[in-house]
Amino acid sequence: MRLFLRRAAFYLFTAWAAITINFFLPRMMKGDPITAYLARNQGKVSPDAIQSLQILFGLDNPKPIWQQYVEYWGLLLRGDLGISLSKGLAPVSQVIADALPWTLGLVGVATVISFFLGTGIGTLIGWRRGSRADAVVPVATFFSTIPYFWIGLIIIALFSTTLKWFPASHAFSRELTPALSWPFVGDVVYHAVLPAFTIVLTSLGGWILGMRNMMITVLDEDYITVAQAKGLSPRRVMVGYAARNAVLPQLSSFALSLGFIVGGTLIMEMIFSYPGLGLRLFEATLAKDYPLMQGMFLVITLSVLVANILADVAHAILDPRTRQEAA
Amino acid sequence: MSVLELANVTKRYRVRGAGELLALDDVSLTLSSGRTIALVGQSGSGKSTIAKIVTQLETPTSGSVLLDGEPIPRRGAGLRAYRQRVRMVFQDPYASLNPYHSIRHHLERPLLLHRVVPRAEVDEEVLRLLDRVRLSRDLVDRHPHELSGGQRQRIAIARALASRPALLVADEPVSMLDVSIRLGVLSLLADLQRESGLGVLYITHDLATARHFSDEIMVLNRGVVVEHGPADDVILRPQHEYTRRLRDASPDPDARFAGRGLARAERSPR
Amino acid sequence: MPETDLLTLEDLSVRYDVDPPVDAVRHVSLALRRGEILGLAGESGCGKTTLAYAIQRLLKPPAVITSGRTVFHDESGLDVDVNSLGARELRDFRWDKVSMVFQGAMNSLNPVTSIGAQLGDVFEQHRPGMSRRERDREAGDLLDLVQVGRDRLRSYPHELSGGMRQRVMIAMALALTPQLMIMDEPTTALDVLVQREILQQISELRERFGFSVIFITHDLPLLLEISDRIAVMLAGEIVELDTPERIYSDPQHPYTRRLLGSFPSLTGERGAFLRTGEQEVVR
Repeated sequence: MRLFLRRAAFYLFTAWAAITINFFLPRMMKGDPITAYLARNQGKVSPDAIQSLQILFGLDNPKPIWQQYVEYWGLLLRGDLGISLSKGLAPVSQVIADALPWTLGLVGVATVISFFLGTGIGTLIGWRRGSRADAVVPVATFFSTIPYFWIGLIIIALFSTTLKWFPASHAFSRELTPALSWPFVGDVVYHAVLPAFTIVLTSLGGWILGMRNMMITVLDEDYITVAQAKGLSPRRVMVGYAARNAVLPQLSSFALSLGFIVGGTLIMEMIFSYPGLGLRLFEATLAKDYPLMQGMFLVITLSVLVANILADVAHAILDPRTRQEAA
Repeated sequence: MSVLELANVTKRYRVRGAGELLALDDVSLTLSSGRTIALVGQSGSGKSTIAKIVTQLETPTSGSVLLDGEPIPRRGAGLRAYRQRVRMVFQDPYASLNPYHSIRHHLERPLLLHRVVPRAEVDEEVLRLLDRVRLSRDLVDRHPHELSGGQRQRIAIARALASRPALLVADEPVSMLDVSIRLGVLSLLADLQRESGLGVLYITHDLATARHFSDEIMVLNRGVVVEHGPADDVILRPQHEYTRRLRDASPDPDARFAGRGLARAERSPR
Repeated sequence: MPETDLLTLEDLSVRYDVDPPVDAVRHVSLALRRGEILGLAGESGCGKTTLAYAIQRLLKPPAVITSGRTVFHDESGLDVDVNSLGARELRDFRWDKVSMVFQGAMNSLNPVTSIGAQLGDVFEQHRPGMSRRERDREAGDLLDLVQVGRDRLRSYPHELSGGMRQRVMIAMALALTPQLMIMDEPTTALDVLVQREILQQISELRERFGFSVIFITHDLPLLLEISDRIAVMLAGEIVELDTPERIYSDPQHPYTRRLLGSFPSLTGERGAFLRTGEQEVVR
């Protein structure tokens, strides 16, 4: 329990540090594109919006710094991240909220599939080391080194342009309106197949290799020999003794990669014109849309933190040794 | 003639999440030149802590450590002089030698550091050290991984002797060696002790070698000295309950077979 | 009427197929009697652990059995040629007829599952008819038997001391009441007091269940105390096999003498040899 509290305190501290750094960064930047923007667009921006921008970025702000800091926290806790300069002055929080489900949905599901499939394959290959199953290793490595954009384009060329099995872009057909209906959901899935497939294809290799290597390490341990001496079936030894131990570091990697999902897979989104967070961030950078960029950085940072916490929790559940204080 | 004294030494460690660990509780011991003291204890008894305190890897929480009546120097030239006079041989012959350096390098360093002999004589002195530990001079340019465990431990002893110390601390010097070479290394230590008038602190969990190798035995149990006396007295006529239990628990074929009128076979020269 | 021998090793040899190849076990022949404690004495590298693994066919590449037979004379009267067992039969044979207590219990237990689960899966595998409750009860009985206590059923290996873990290993080896228990340095890393307790326990259990033991260790004095016979192993061969009395008072092989001489007497005469010095140069 004490361990848990200490970890929680640590994460809270990290979150606070991230948010505080987020506060100071724009104030340390030279030049002030926001003021310039506001100057050019005098009448179009509402006074409330101007005020929140001032608080977020410290523009032209005569108030003492600590007061700005307090107001900054106030804004954040209300969920106000300012307005997006490049997205028609829409609130940043809304822009992020619009793109988030697409990213989480596609990249999230693809990552989960990749993890389970890769770990499973890695377990089998690791268990059968020295056999023909090892041939999978160079194949997996090959696919994980191919540049993503190349695979993406080839897949589109093959499955979309040539075979016309799947659409090449967007999250859903333009004609349909987003609704929670079967046709719509079906359409979304239909559009998601190719991008998800390319993500899985390129990331599978990493999971396979990671799990395989851990399996090989674990299989040298004494308790595996004991398990075999006990006359346990190969399946029981492979799963209950070997994989169960080998998967622990994989899980940490998995949780961390979940954290980075929020950043989206930029190149995938560009190739497939998928309306995810990655694409939005890229566009914001091009347009020098600081409020949007900042908002996204904050969201990414916090989600990585959450993912870290999940990784810790998963580890504590699966590895009884971490539940104890280190003596 | 040198005398190292631990007077009422207590050592406490702070353990994260579990309070304090009392490793040593009011321990006193006197180590003088020409005598061997065995410190006998099981794991957790505090014997390694004593080794660390004597070699200044740890400092006592209370109590004092004196060399020839003076508190031991902890810094600078004084510390260097201390290290020249009090040397240590460690348990693990595979970890105490740097795999990248030759045997010559290992033996030269203390000679140079403590300026034991003039620069011109260092090479010859290195070879003489090998002679003393009964290793072939051919080994001087080899590397540790080319040597066996027993040979490595002899090098560790040679290295300890290089600075011509007065006192030697041997922390389980043979427990990681193969059984049939252990006595060879221990008897080497005994000989060297006699030749150089060293004082030796022999730390071990093994009662039998403690008895044969030392003049006095101190028995440690959880940081407390429960018995202290001449070697034969402690083993054959133990006063303390714990010592008796230790002795009874140790395999003793001589006692067992003596009752049947059997005598142990003549030991052959090794 | 089952014969008096439990296990017969005929000309068993094991080689490590590396470069250069190493003959770890060389033409070992041995007959282990029912209910006997056979001590197997030797230092590191002599092949004793390889031999123990070979008996159960636990060897992994590059180790390979190059000659010989291992015949187990089951109490039912059936003779089992261990090397000719199929995979399924071998799994059934293991632990049920022959079990092993491994060296260094530190790493011999699965760190992420409970003690109870590790005791239980032996039953799951070999006695599939047992219910969960029955398995737990048996496992608890075993833990009580070795004085670890059934309240430790849900504990994890790292929560137990070295001595307790070793006892759990013994309990596990007893689970199916095998006819032979092979123990590889079971008490080496333990305090001499704990060692004595565990040896006592093994003795009592043997009285009760009547299994044979092959006790592997370098500690010859220990074997002299507990064994019915002692086999001395050197460089893959058994160089001497005799009763403790003979080995103690009249060893035949020079290595046996040497091994014997490596253990100074605890309470006997304080030999002079340590103090008189020796003049040898070690190459």
